Amino acid sequence: MIRTQTQSLVAALTLAGALLTAAPAHAFTLEEFTFEDPARTQEFRDLTGELRCLVCQNESLAGSQAGVAQDLRKEVYRLMQEGKSRQEVIDFLVERYGDFVLYEPPLKPSTLVLWFGPFLFVGFGAYLLARTLQRKKAEPEQDLSEAERARLQQLLAKTGDQHD
Amino acid sequence: MNTSAKRALIPLGIFLALAALLFYGLQLDPRKIPSPLVDKSAPEFSLPDLKDPNQTLTRDILIGQVSLVNVWASWCPSCRQEHAELMRIAREHGVRVIGFNWKDTRPEALAMLQRYGDPYALTLYDPDNKAGIDWGVYGAPETFIVDAEGIIRHKRVGPIDAQVWAEEIQPIVARYQGGKP
Repeated sequence: MIRTQTQSLVAALTLAGALLTAAPAHAFTLEEFTFEDPARTQEFRDLTGELRCLVCQNESLAGSQAGVAQDLRKEVYRLMQEGKSRQEVIDFLVERYGDFVLYEPPLKPSTLVLWFGPFLFVGFGAYLLARTLQRKKAEPEQDLSEAERARLQQLLAKTGDQHD
Repeated sequence: MNTSAKRALIPLGIFLALAALLFYGLQLDPRKIPSPLVDKSAPEFSLPDLKDPNQTLTRDILIGQVSLVNVWASWCPSCRQEHAELMRIAREHGVRVIGFNWKDTRPEALAMLQRYGDPYALTLYDPDNKAGIDWGVYGAPETFIVDAEGIIRHKRVGPIDAQVWAEEIQPIVARYQGGKP
């Protein structure tokens, strides 16, 4: 029993090792997208880094290995070679895929809560804090009554004994 | 109930509200991205017919009747999953289904239609995602409902099954079919 377990463990580790070391058959890189003007190349890299891949939404268009991302990189490259500006490329993609291609959502009525919601929360928290502090100031803590004072002395005396 | 007991319930209330909100969030599928093309004119295209390479199909084929434009590929398992349902829809409901073969190869696409049947009145062949980008396609299967005037009325991301057809697709198809004399 133990033997077979060890064997399957070895098999699993070997497989995992093989999978980890195996390079993808052909990885997409940004190397193929170059412009005569190095500034444009940089602009291309910045732009694709700011656009979101729709297939793997936690990846940028620059970093994604999805086939669709490669198609879109080619499209962005084509548009930029045609001399389109950054904003024109963004508009082209938003027109087809929606605001989801942007990491930063545009400011419009449906996104107001998204943009300003956090400030509302901070404001509300500040209001609560201010109110609590005001109250504290208005009615300072009551001093101990005679009975409480006596009980406190009693308790303190008791602990004192234990330490002696 | 006195005031302090009521106050003690406030955190519980906040917790429940937050739990409800987050639970709602769990039901949402982040892969379902609403298309900005809905209620807009279907994008122009010029693509070869899958079955007849010499034939060029354009946006004009969408005019005249309500169509389902179904984006599919032979490499896509969910497309195979919805294939039988598309066959049924085309056969039993008389809705015109247009295939949009996407990022595929002609032999493999044709082999799939031969093997599982062909629900498509016409099939566009777009191996290089030429028209796919204009249609905002980012995966397969996707299905657009296009009305008789060539306006996109709905986009479904993911496979169609009997329930999706009955609850999501058919009501919209019926609405736009009913609109024409």
